[in-house]
Amino acid sequence: MLRFLTTRLISMVLTIWAVSFVAFAIIQLPPGDYLTAYMARIAAEGERVTAAEMEAMRQQYGLGDPFLIQYWKWISGIFGSGDFGQSFEWKRPVTSLIWGRLGNSILLEGLAVLVMWLVALPIGVYAAVRKYSLGDYLATVFGFLGLAVPNFLFALVLMYLSYVWFGTTLGGLFSQEFERAHWSLPRIWDFFSHAWAPIIVLATAGTAQLIRIMRANLLDELKKPYVTTARAKGLPEWKVIVKYPVRVALNPLVSTIGWLLPTLVSSSVIVSVVMSLPTAGPLLLRSLTSQDMYLAGAIIMLLGVLTVVGTLISDLILAWIDPRIRHGGGR
Amino acid sequence: MPPTPMADKPLLKIEDVEIAFSSPDEADIVAVRQVDLSLYPGKTLCLVGESGCGKSVTARAVLRLNDQNSLIRCGRIRFSPSDGETVDIAALKPDSLAMRKIRGNQISMIFQEPMSSLSPVHTVGDQIDEMIMLHEGLKPKDARERTVALLDQVGVPGPRERANSYPFQLSGGLRQRAMIAMALACKPNLLIADEPTTALDVTTQAQILDLLKELQEEYGMAMLFITHDLGVVAEIADEVAVMYLGDVVEQGNVFDVFRAPSHPYTQALMRSIPTIARKKERQRLSPIKGTVPSAKDRPEGCAFTSRCPYAFEPCAGMMPGRTSVSGNHVARCHLLTENARKAEVPA
Repeated sequence: MLRFLTTRLISMVLTIWAVSFVAFAIIQLPPGDYLTAYMARIAAEGERVTAAEMEAMRQQYGLGDPFLIQYWKWISGIFGSGDFGQSFEWKRPVTSLIWGRLGNSILLEGLAVLVMWLVALPIGVYAAVRKYSLGDYLATVFGFLGLAVPNFLFALVLMYLSYVWFGTTLGGLFSQEFERAHWSLPRIWDFFSHAWAPIIVLATAGTAQLIRIMRANLLDELKKPYVTTARAKGLPEWKVIVKYPVRVALNPLVSTIGWLLPTLVSSSVIVSVVMSLPTAGPLLLRSLTSQDMYLAGAIIMLLGVLTVVGTLISDLILAWIDPRIRHGGGR
Repeated sequence: MPPTPMADKPLLKIEDVEIAFSSPDEADIVAVRQVDLSLYPGKTLCLVGESGCGKSVTARAVLRLNDQNSLIRCGRIRFSPSDGETVDIAALKPDSLAMRKIRGNQISMIFQEPMSSLSPVHTVGDQIDEMIMLHEGLKPKDARERTVALLDQVGVPGPRERANSYPFQLSGGLRQRAMIAMALACKPNLLIADEPTTALDVTTQAQILDLLKELQEEYGMAMLFITHDLGVVAEIADEVAVMYLGDVVEQGNVFDVFRAPSHPYTQALMRSIPTIARKKERQRLSPIKGTVPSAKDRPEGCAFTSRCPYAFEPCAGMMPGRTSVSGNHVARCHLLTENARKAEVPA
């Protein structure tokens, strides 16, 4: 187990290093840089900047350096002093911008994943056990409906209904008076009174997929002889199902926890814009369009780190719940 | 032998059972028809037949473990434990409390593939403990003591440590021993063994058969043993029932059936066993011609008609009745009734 952990940690560090390199390369990929985008905007407003002024700014930001030197400055700042650089657009350190946003993202997506699992797993189990029943078909229909309806549309519908029925506007994560307050019971209440809608919207998208995966996994397991053995012991049917095949069918799902988060962050951008949620998605989108490279790089890299750490965690959970992996045997 | 005299009262009596499987797209398939079997305490009945002949379906019906799309169309499965009332298992609901009280407690079952028949994510000990706690309400600690004793009894070395092993950490033979320990945990009256040695290598097979015989003597339980291996039948059976495509074509005392097989199918089976002989005396094995037809194409009459070398007029259209050969040895074949008729009419 210790050896497993050490090798995993070493490969994790290497992966994160590779991720940082790729992230930096990606944000350098589009033609031009922040300054060209900035110039274009200035020019659109009718002002003019001389070539000399532009060159001076380029020197100041270090944008004229070769790629590797720029990368070295960036990465050494991150690992040396936790400095992710300055955001050109916001004129503030990147760190002061992203932590709160990323925290909101993780909180919101985490809750969405929780709701998704709580809803999808029982339905998936039911759909597998009562295969081809009315309930199975209903679950399939509603699941696919959730998958097919675009998230932002569902968000708009919810916002409209909430306005028409309850007279409240949905949007944001907090009321104004709680925006900057510390966590307290009223603030938590305020959070949930805002967050339920985005959580539902985000959860419905993944629910259908999860129902299908759970159903398929469980259908495979239900045919296995050990289920008959459990039944032959005299256990009640629900206990047979929950204790044996469901337990085994969950294992492959656990290994997907790691990369759920980045998928959700990137898929939730539009929802976040529509519902004006202060999460990382819109920030990333905006930084990309304005070529705010250090901000975009920081977000992309942190998402990469989260994925790697998440994968490690889900591997550890998997090893913990599945003895075949823990003991390195079996099929 | 333990004090289990040849009781007159059978422990389990399967009477005229017919089992059909339904599917949404096709007509029902009758997997088993007109099966009559009796099991006595301390005795072993072997069900023999090729794959798909309905022997597993019959055995599973006793515990009502067949899939939901199966139906016991008619017949009774009377279970009469010495310390209880007679129950008709065929009339119980598969997931009813009455059925669950019988499962594992009075009738238990071991399966063919000990690897896949044990849960891969629970320890062997936990899986056995569960059965004991379920039926006898013991505390986990006491159940584990019993489990360790059982594992020791079935010949698992280092039972206390092995109880904490997962199935994939044990060899095939040990897994099957653990499976047997689990089946015996609540001292059942009847043990159903569905090809328990088929997946094992030959030396392990012999050990497992010896173990089962030993345990049967000790517990005095009845055994319903399913196999396609006539060698195993000779080793372990008191009674034998030969099945072909859902019909029991011949049944009786194992010595009688082996000495004088009376159904053409049984005779053909006997001829297909290789024997050791001098070169001069060697004979070619004679396989049974053709293949087993699907249950859908089975004739109304004797299922063996399409492959029987002796088939004549009544075979395809009329199901032959049970004809006594000697003692409790019976076979279903028109030849027997035909011969009897000829013998009555003086030439």
